Amino acid sequence: MTTDIVLNIVLLSLMAITGLAIARLRNLFPVAMLTGLYSLLSASLFTLLDAVDVALTEAAVGAGVTTVLFLATFGLTRAREKPVARSRTVIGLVVTVLTGAALFYASLDMPHFGDRNTPVQDHPLRERYLSTVNEEIDVPNTVTAVLGSYRGYDTLGEVTVILTAGIGVLMLLGVAWRRPDKRKESDR
Amino acid sequence: MREHTVLRVITKLLIAPIIIFALYVQFHGDYSPGGGFQAGVVFAAAIILYALIFGLAEARRAVSPDVLRITAALGVLLFAGTGVYAMLEGGNFLDYDYLAHDAIHGQQYGLLLVEFGVGLTVVSTITSIFYVFAGRGRRTNEHET
Amino acid sequence: MAEIADNFFGLFNYWVVIVLMMIGFYTVISHDNLVKKLIGLNLFQTAVFVFYISMGKIAGSTAPILMQGPGSEDVLYAHPLPQVLILTAIVVGVSTTALGLALVVRINEAYGSIEEDDVLAADFETQEAESETEAQRKARADARQAEAEADEEYDDGSEDPRSPEQRAADTDDKEPRS
Repeated sequence: MTTDIVLNIVLLSLMAITGLAIARLRNLFPVAMLTGLYSLLSASLFTLLDAVDVALTEAAVGAGVTTVLFLATFGLTRAREKPVARSRTVIGLVVTVLTGAALFYASLDMPHFGDRNTPVQDHPLRERYLSTVNEEIDVPNTVTAVLGSYRGYDTLGEVTVILTAGIGVLMLLGVAWRRPDKRKESDR
Repeated sequence: MREHTVLRVITKLLIAPIIIFALYVQFHGDYSPGGGFQAGVVFAAAIILYALIFGLAEARRAVSPDVLRITAALGVLLFAGTGVYAMLEGGNFLDYDYLAHDAIHGQQYGLLLVEFGVGLTVVSTITSIFYVFAGRGRRTNEHET
Repeated sequence: MAEIADNFFGLFNYWVVIVLMMIGFYTVISHDNLVKKLIGLNLFQTAVFVFYISMGKIAGSTAPILMQGPGSEDVLYAHPLPQVLILTAIVVGVSTTALGLALVVRINEAYGSIEEDDVLAADFETQEAESETEAQRKARADARQAEAEADEEYDDGSEDPRSPEQRAADTDDKEPRS
């Protein structure tokens, strides 16, 4: 139990430090790598918090696909950020601190982390999903059962969203591919 | 990447296990952590690894972008088609109970088909996006030279 | 003292989530670089995921994959629903990031820069140039309209090729035609 708490604190602190470094750095290639590190830390945290499917997805998507896409974008545009004006930074900090303070004040009302009797855990849906999965679907992985069967409409919408994103990117960037050797032949 | 022998050898050794792992995650999503999304992304990662080490032209020859365009739509069609088939059998949309003789078997068949559709679309979309991003610079360079 | 320590360990997750969300928020509103804004958005999203998953965890629970076999009736499982929601959210997040990055690449090709100030300045200049050309065209059209109206006033049906001023000057000298 204590190792869990210690690991929890260590991982969250590392995530906060990485987040600060991402915000401060102006050379964008290290920022892409740090984003990959941030995703990996959050995937480890998800494993610690018993969300194994989410951890698998976050590790594959965050540390894999998103990092590659960011690096490809930096290769196509500049890889250095221009410094921001002082006034803009100060206003941004003020707004951020005010919002953070409001959220902190609201968080004091929240039930403690890991508590058994919270409104989230007391909701009847939890018992419904965990107990009737055996009778209705007989599939041990409750997350897949809920995702595919109980909440199938949401999953259909999500697949459509990713297909739409693919179509959008193809429309924006997809042009006919010309093989490199064909161009050299026409030059001769 | 011709001079990075270590990278080429390790990649050649690793791509097959990565693909097998992706298929394992896809079809064992019912019994262990996994499912369509995870499997799709891991499979796409294998293709991206191949493209990074051996070149984009080689990867495009191995996994053609025209095929990917078709399979992306095919995945969504499979998902929605399962739902419509359930309607034709007498139930509601995406009511897997009617897919087989037995409610439990129907649910499991439904889950398998649906997750496979999801995995298919995710592989195709992520690989297409990567091809388009990676192939962009080449095209503009060709116009400039 | 014990109360503060209790609160600290109980709410530490949520406080760090708030810090991460604010870092992402600050990056989105204060940095000009478009890709940096997208990265800030990613930070914000991941912090929200941590928040949801933290709410679903019970102390001493295990992953919501039902165990089978003897003695598996009293196992405490984490709540599966937040995990399902976050799974969908991760995929939607990567979709929007990919589309946003494609837009940034196109903006860079059209404007030559991905800093918001440069893009807005270029847009402003184009808008001013366009409105200037509009104003010039309008002024010319107005002038032509005024000339046409002036010609119509003095047109009395006669086929006199002379301008209206010449006609006025000559009428004083000549005798009226019969």
